[in-house]
Amino acid sequence: MDQKMDFNAPHSMGTTIIGVTYNGGVVLGADSRTSTGVYVANRASDKITQLTDNVYVCRSGSAADSQVVSDYVRYFLHQHTIQLGQPATVKVAANLVRLLSYNNKNFLETGLIVGGWDKYEGGQIYGVPLGGTIVQQPFAIGEMEDEILKNHCSIEHCFPGSGSSYLYGFFDQAWKEGMTKDEAEDLVKKAVSLAIARDGASGGVVRTVIINSEGVTRNFYPGDQLPLWHEELEPQNSLLDILGAPEPMNI
Amino acid sequence: MSSIGTGYDLSVTTFSPDGRVFQIEYAAKAVDNSGTVIGIKCKDGIVLGVEKLIASKMMLPGSNRRIHSVHRHSGMAVAGLAADGRQIVARTKSEATNYDSVYGEPIPVKELAERVASYVHLCTLYWWLRFSETDSHYHFKLYFFVFFTSITYCWRFHRPFGCGVILGGYDRDGPQLYMVEPSGVSYRYFGAAIGKGRQAAKTEIEKLKLTDMTCRQGVIEVAKIIYGVHDEAKDKDFELEMSWVCDESNRQHQKVPDGLLEEAKAAAKAALEEMDAD
Repeated sequence: MDQKMDFNAPHSMGTTIIGVTYNGGVVLGADSRTSTGVYVANRASDKITQLTDNVYVCRSGSAADSQVVSDYVRYFLHQHTIQLGQPATVKVAANLVRLLSYNNKNFLETGLIVGGWDKYEGGQIYGVPLGGTIVQQPFAIGEMEDEILKNHCSIEHCFPGSGSSYLYGFFDQAWKEGMTKDEAEDLVKKAVSLAIARDGASGGVVRTVIINSEGVTRNFYPGDQLPLWHEELEPQNSLLDILGAPEPMNI
Repeated sequence: MSSIGTGYDLSVTTFSPDGRVFQIEYAAKAVDNSGTVIGIKCKDGIVLGVEKLIASKMMLPGSNRRIHSVHRHSGMAVAGLAADGRQIVARTKSEATNYDSVYGEPIPVKELAERVASYVHLCTLYWWLRFSETDSHYHFKLYFFVFFTSITYCWRFHRPFGCGVILGGYDRDGPQLYMVEPSGVSYRYFGAAIGKGRQAAKTEIEKLKLTDMTCRQGVIEVAKIIYGVHDEAKDKDFELEMSWVCDESNRQHQKVPDGLLEEAKAAAKAALEEMDAD
């Protein structure tokens, strides 16, 4: 192999992350691959992180940066909730994320999708891509401005939210307003699995989080339960399973 | 009740033997000497009214505003020492805009009232306190300064604010009315009055059916009350200043429109004449 494997390269989440609103709440979905260069550092990571009881965030880009931003926002939101005396709104959570992203844009490389439910506005999704923009959308898929990435990312890096570029066409066709909870979750699951099939930086399992007035539900779909798309092969049993474990050597 | 502290009233950091802080009570007296300020919560908003006693006929009508907008959705009417009031309003405005820029939403009125009350209370304590524009967690900053002042011996004299404030706002939880006293105490009200004629004003407010009243009707009622409690003998002239924040004003705090204000003044004067005629 020509490429040197740099195991000390920063962990990056190439990632497919999605946030979708439906009639009554939101569904967040993500793959589970964290890579250092071409090595998969964690094949079952959880990219959907809790900020408050009713607000979660999908993380992409640099694993460290997105974790630190989430930690800070969780801390601020906790204080804010105590002062306010009631749960924070999704908009406030997204704004805090945006302020951190924007004010530290020279140092951070992380794209986030904030999603949640509050009693005033219901389910909402806010995209906070690389530069620190904040945009409320009925659905969000990873990055909006891949051009910025191409300019400043070197070859070793994976583009944050890379998997999502493959999904724009799919969503144009499959998205509709006012879906039910199950329709929305199926859409998310299907979309992440399609992106995993095509994007080298996404893989592993599909995790979804459904947030509505009743609370939060986490779901897990292992890779072998996902549908197979065009030209994808059936999983093969490892020869180890077929041949059995070798006998230990006797010296 | 003797209001002379006799030795326990020289500093705001001294308790009297019966557990009172006289300086704060004296500060409240400064508020009691001011023109009446009223606030009421109607079913669709808040109305604030001020009996602005005119010191001299040379003053331009409309000057020396006593009611200030502190944010798009809220306003504050001040009674007591005007300069102190200016300070509180400035701080409140700063709090409101700071919250908006950090959290991305207009400050809930409850939160704003708590911050005003916190600020007023802090200024009844002894230490010299420096407030930065971006600071909104007073208590944390205060603890810093405890260490600083003990090390650097930085003593400054301080008196409580000699003004009370009625804060009215309309946020996503509906219209709310709060009153903050010089001691730093803040409560939520459906009707509040401070200043000279507050006792009479409170009695009048209690007679009103506020839950059925719209702000349009509320404006007329507030005008009537202020004209009613104005003491013709002691104070010569006064100017009526009113503001509202309601559905009709698009949930924005603004001066009551001129047409409605004139209508209210006329109704108030008519009501007075009716009373005199009896």
